[in-house]
Amino acid sequence: MSYTITEKILLAHTPGKKDIHSGEFIWAKVDLALANDITAPLAIEEFRKSGAKKVFDAKRVVLVPDHFTPAKDLRSANQAKILYDFAKEYRIKNYFEIGQMGIEHALLPERGFIHPGDLIIGADSHTCTYGALGAFSTGMGSTDIAASWITGHAWFRVPQTIKFIYTGKLKKWVSGKDLILYTIGDIGVDGALYKAMEFCGPVIQKLGIDSRLTMCNMAIEAGGKSGIIEPDAVTSEYIREVHSQQSTVHRKKKKLWTMNRGLLTNLRSDKYAQYSDIKEYDISKLEPQVACPHLPSNVKPVSELSNVKVHQVVIGSCTNGRISDLRVAAKVMKGRFVKSYVRAIIIPATQTIYMQAIKEGLIDIFAKAGCVISTSTCGPCLGGHCGILTEGEVAITTTNRNFIGRMGSPKSFVYLANPAVAAASAVMGRIAHPEEVI
Amino acid sequence: MILKGKSHKFGDDINTDDIIAAKYLVTTDPVELGKKCMETIDPDFVKQVNKGDIIVAGKNFGCGSSREHAPIAIKGVGISCVIAKSFARIFYRNAINIGLPIIEIAQADEINNGDELEIELVKGEIKNISQGKAYKSQGFPEFMQKIVESGGLMQWIAKEKR
Repeated sequence: MSYTITEKILLAHTPGKKDIHSGEFIWAKVDLALANDITAPLAIEEFRKSGAKKVFDAKRVVLVPDHFTPAKDLRSANQAKILYDFAKEYRIKNYFEIGQMGIEHALLPERGFIHPGDLIIGADSHTCTYGALGAFSTGMGSTDIAASWITGHAWFRVPQTIKFIYTGKLKKWVSGKDLILYTIGDIGVDGALYKAMEFCGPVIQKLGIDSRLTMCNMAIEAGGKSGIIEPDAVTSEYIREVHSQQSTVHRKKKKLWTMNRGLLTNLRSDKYAQYSDIKEYDISKLEPQVACPHLPSNVKPVSELSNVKVHQVVIGSCTNGRISDLRVAAKVMKGRFVKSYVRAIIIPATQTIYMQAIKEGLIDIFAKAGCVISTSTCGPCLGGHCGILTEGEVAITTTNRNFIGRMGSPKSFVYLANPAVAAASAVMGRIAHPEEVI
Repeated sequence: MILKGKSHKFGDDINTDDIIAAKYLVTTDPVELGKKCMETIDPDFVKQVNKGDIIVAGKNFGCGSSREHAPIAIKGVGISCVIAKSFARIFYRNAINIGLPIIEIAQADEINNGDELEIELVKGEIKNISQGKAYKSQGFPEFMQKIVESGGLMQWIAKEKR
């Protein structure tokens, strides 16, 4: 049989199964099951109602209060406390308090939780991010997560895969964000509904891990079940580096990985694997892409939008709050100033990224340019806190959704872009190509 | 089970931020969430819903965030069933898991706002009383039907997987 990488991972996690086909239902083992301060309270409620005495494996449960934290109000504080109490009661060590944490999908890879071949589920739609490291990962609801905390399993319908091949050479200032926005623009917000999106080709092979994480992160914006990139030397190097910095997590996690190793020695799609569609893009001429209100598929090249004035710029999120994102934004902002009447909010996605940005002088550049620098939080991305838009306001942001009212008022407007474009727009006070600034 | 109610029409790609805005996700209470259902795109919706009414939408209903608060809010406001041309994946799972009836039919466009509908859930049959038409859905795959029949995922695992 020939399999896609996704089919291989799902098969390896379904004990007793010899063969696998898209469309089949499976009851598969999960390596990690994650929830946050919005989704965990519902999962915990269901878990407690079931009368379960313990979680299937405390090491494989991860709780990250990141959405409305630091608690934006009393009710959010109450929600966050539900996680804290549950973690203590069930001895879940993988509970990440603010100040030692970050946005879940930036935090987990950084802490060595994710390995090629893993099967990861999370009560957050952007759980698909981890496919960048060659894992199968997908978002679900709270009840699915509660069920997995009890049984260690989840049900899946084995997805078909669409293969996306990127060829050519990326222009300067063009990144993984632009590739995925362009792709969503091409196939639409339900173009990959129920399907795995496999990103490959020479452009992907040269892409750094941060850009790969950005691409897989937004698979859900095309309706995808998961995004995945075959692990390669870039992946191994990233995992080696992460583990060298996280000695305790490394030891614990190594065990999870060992469990899979026998079954997943060849983590690539087979030559004759079945795809529901194959898309090929030559991206040599691609300029930075911007998704216009109110759908991530409403994508235009940045040069067509230079008359759009902005009130707010956000650089952060599980999509684009990583160190290389901050580096490119700082490069654009260095020695320049945020336009008057524009608010620029920088949110390093984790505490580690924050500290690294301090060390590299990036925070200094942002502060001198007149940016606000926030602790790690999802905050403004979902209109939670820390940068809400009022009626008539326009934001350009490195986040992942621009639905009506996503960042505040239903009468506000959100444009999605890469960090370099967001930074240039902060300086110009309108949507701008980085080359207009530098 | 037979469901009967008036249709409330929505378009394509209705996302979970439309169904329940993130700012209200500080509770898990269905009634409280229900009061804010669809507020962003249709502030009068909640006032117009009678218990048992039915949402009818276009393609990709429930796209976006994984928040289970979305189907909970829909149930909370008193909607008995959602009919759509297609559903986003996580919303589809969530609805099945929490026992919100959903039906996929290609002819969702033919139903007008305010049409009186009668649904026979087990058979997947929809009668449009106002127009004198009938539609039939494919029904759930067998695996999902078992979860639906159990009354939701937690009930299903209690029965089958523990």
